[in-house]
Amino acid sequence: MVEPIISFKDFGFQYDSQSEPTLKHINLDIFPGEKVLLAGPSGSGKSTLGRCINGLIPQSYPGEITGSATVAGHDIKDSSIFELSFSVGTVLQDPDSQFVGLSVKEDIAFSLENDERSQTEMRAATKKWAERLDLKPLLDHSPQGISGGQKQRVAMAGVLIDESNILLFDEPLASLDPASGKASIELIDHLARQQNLTVVIIEHRLEDVLQRPIDRLVVLKDGEIVGNDKPSAILKDSLMQQLGLREPLYLSALQLAGVKLADCENIDSVETVAGDNIESALQRWTAGVTLQEPALPTDPLLTLKNLNFSYNRNQPVIDGLNLTINRGDMLSLVGRNGTGKSTLSNLITGFLKLDGGAMKLEGQDLMQLSVKERADHIGYILQDPNQMISKAMIFDEVAAGLRLRGLTDEEVEHQVNGTLKVCGLYEFRHWPISALSFGQKKRVTIAAILVLNPEMIILDEPTAGQDLRHYTEMMNFLEKLNREQRVTIMLITHDMHLMLEYTQRAVVLADGGVLMDARPADVLTNEAVIEKAALAKTSLFTLAERYHLPSALDFVAKFVQTEREVRSHE
Amino acid sequence: MNSQLLIGYTVRDTFLNRLSGSTKLIGFVALSIIGMVTYDTRFLLGVLLISLILFHFSKIKYHEVAFVLQVIVAFAILNLVMVYVFAPSYGITIYGTHHMILGSPDHYFNLSWEQLFYEFNLLLKYIFAVPLALIFLMTTNPSEFAASLNKIGVSYRISYSVAIALRYIPDVQNDYRTISLAQQARGYEISRKAKLMTRARGAVQIIMPLILSSLDRIEIISQAMELRRFGHNKKRTWYMAQPFKRNDYLALIIIVLIVLVGIALFKVNGGRFWNPFK
Repeated sequence: MVEPIISFKDFGFQYDSQSEPTLKHINLDIFPGEKVLLAGPSGSGKSTLGRCINGLIPQSYPGEITGSATVAGHDIKDSSIFELSFSVGTVLQDPDSQFVGLSVKEDIAFSLENDERSQTEMRAATKKWAERLDLKPLLDHSPQGISGGQKQRVAMAGVLIDESNILLFDEPLASLDPASGKASIELIDHLARQQNLTVVIIEHRLEDVLQRPIDRLVVLKDGEIVGNDKPSAILKDSLMQQLGLREPLYLSALQLAGVKLADCENIDSVETVAGDNIESALQRWTAGVTLQEPALPTDPLLTLKNLNFSYNRNQPVIDGLNLTINRGDMLSLVGRNGTGKSTLSNLITGFLKLDGGAMKLEGQDLMQLSVKERADHIGYILQDPNQMISKAMIFDEVAAGLRLRGLTDEEVEHQVNGTLKVCGLYEFRHWPISALSFGQKKRVTIAAILVLNPEMIILDEPTAGQDLRHYTEMMNFLEKLNREQRVTIMLITHDMHLMLEYTQRAVVLADGGVLMDARPADVLTNEAVIEKAALAKTSLFTLAERYHLPSALDFVAKFVQTEREVRSHE
Repeated sequence: MNSQLLIGYTVRDTFLNRLSGSTKLIGFVALSIIGMVTYDTRFLLGVLLISLILFHFSKIKYHEVAFVLQVIVAFAILNLVMVYVFAPSYGITIYGTHHMILGSPDHYFNLSWEQLFYEFNLLLKYIFAVPLALIFLMTTNPSEFAASLNKIGVSYRISYSVAIALRYIPDVQNDYRTISLAQQARGYEISRKAKLMTRARGAVQIIMPLILSSLDRIEIISQAMELRRFGHNKKRTWYMAQPFKRNDYLALIIIVLIVLVGIALFKVNGGRFWNPFK
């Protein structure tokens, strides 16, 4: 019988800084060559379990261990990060921060330098892994000069160079655009087979990881393992929602059409899912739903005409861009990394200066207004709330903008309390911000902008790094703002689910201009646009094609419409 | 974006570029020390000449360093003026004679050839090291920096912090810009339009989030480094270190000779000063 390479036996762990154990009664065996997906909502303990595998626990994060855990023959209680690092290679979540070298080649060779290997050895090993991971032309580049996907490949090369046989990925998809994420999952799969590696992936975006076969899905909730089986077996139970995970879209669609997942086969991939009555059920469902043309806003709020901008003279980032945003729009701005999405928002908010073109907000020339004056009309919310928060208390943070605008204390209190109620933060108003979760902090930054009463807000990746529950809360909140307060909302996002399910309009940027401006369903069924803008095809589209539905576009649109109806009745 | 630091390394095909970073660092440090200690004008002029010739061969263009040079010249002049203001007869004290140009040695403010000569020596000291520093900074790949520091005996943990700083400075600059603009949008005025106190308060609003986000970053970096075994062994090797070649040994021999000449002159002059007034 094969011995497990990673083995937890009635394992528990409690951080010294916490009053409750984070992991409880974990029993888990992972065998050599297995590919395991570790999923669970925020706070479920999945990252903690990852830290136990690479030795950060208990070395860097002290705490109390119960039960036993061995990784590659080492008992984690008394082995160092150093010892474990020869067996376990870890790729951290943020590929940018873990890039410690001044150039790609130095970063790849970093661990060999620490092992005091000779330069000849390092050069040979670096060359080998750069070739395998397609990084050879980038060897001399600095981290500032390469994309997120490339950085992640550098990180992989940097741990693979140790020839360790366990690879641990901590949320590998979190900061990549859809196409890079897909490429990354394919690469992991390829390497795992080629090198016969044991792979543990920590990720809550199931559908994206399941694009390649996974041997086992382990689901954690509140520090305990609540699911540990082949992905298909767990998916069949359709318990994803209860476990706080997002169910793959094609499975939601099948259930919506009345198909029982228990009767289906190979349900862990949209490419293979099969069942006797799927085709007829889908046909029947799509014929039975009438597509309503939703009334989109048409009253122009912000008009951008022929915008031009470049950082270097010869490479325009924005080149003749035209776009009209209407009052009440909820739109998503999507496109490849580095295609100018953030640049465009920075131009609108005045953080960057236009080279040419005109921007008008309801007829008023934006160019005449300062950063501060524009902020009264258009609020911009950064991806990382920690970059925006400058006060210790919630009330003060939200009040700051008003106080600086010279309002009296009474007015400030009145308006801040009103905004806090809208944002569901009123009960917390006297709390310190440090006591809040990531999602709540994000909400505070939104409140601090909303209190200025802008006509429009721009949000950069509003749901990045949040699990299904927090994601849903955030998006329902934004939807409510849009519907009830009539705030125009522009979302910059890589999340195709978000764009499809929550926005009515998608603007795709490419080559410095607008490549497509249409309903999200139209965008995600247009293969040319998907390819050019590094988006990812939705599994709904594949499902519609595989089962010969009359129009894939209509099917996707109908699915979104039905979901939205269900949501508004909740 | 302005990610270029004030002085930047670029690839230039010269023999100076091909020397190992350690050789250049040793040369710079050794010549600076001997040059700072000695007041022998002949020696200083000689070293200045050598450093100007090297600068010429380094193919560094004037416009690349113009700003830095202007700053250094301004400071040097200011310094010379201040030396005169605070000690106008220091030259007389040193050289023991007085050849007056203006005034008499009894007055506080006077001008003597001795003072002028002393300040001329100071000027030479300021000037000769500048081309050497520029050559070291601009012909040494930043990646080799840390390796050279380590080679001359600085612990590798400290050496690597130099590399890490170079790696993350552009990122922190970026963070700073983003945070600053986000705070300005909220209404903090930090431009010249606002009063000093308002600006100071505005600056605090940027520093807080910047420190918090940098602390997060530091935690991740140190984890990433530890997971790849940094800091466990007593020594480490460097991918970018350049091994000593023939030219390095040659250069080191020349440097040692120059330093020995400087030391020999102490003997000849009977001290640090060369006195032409005797």
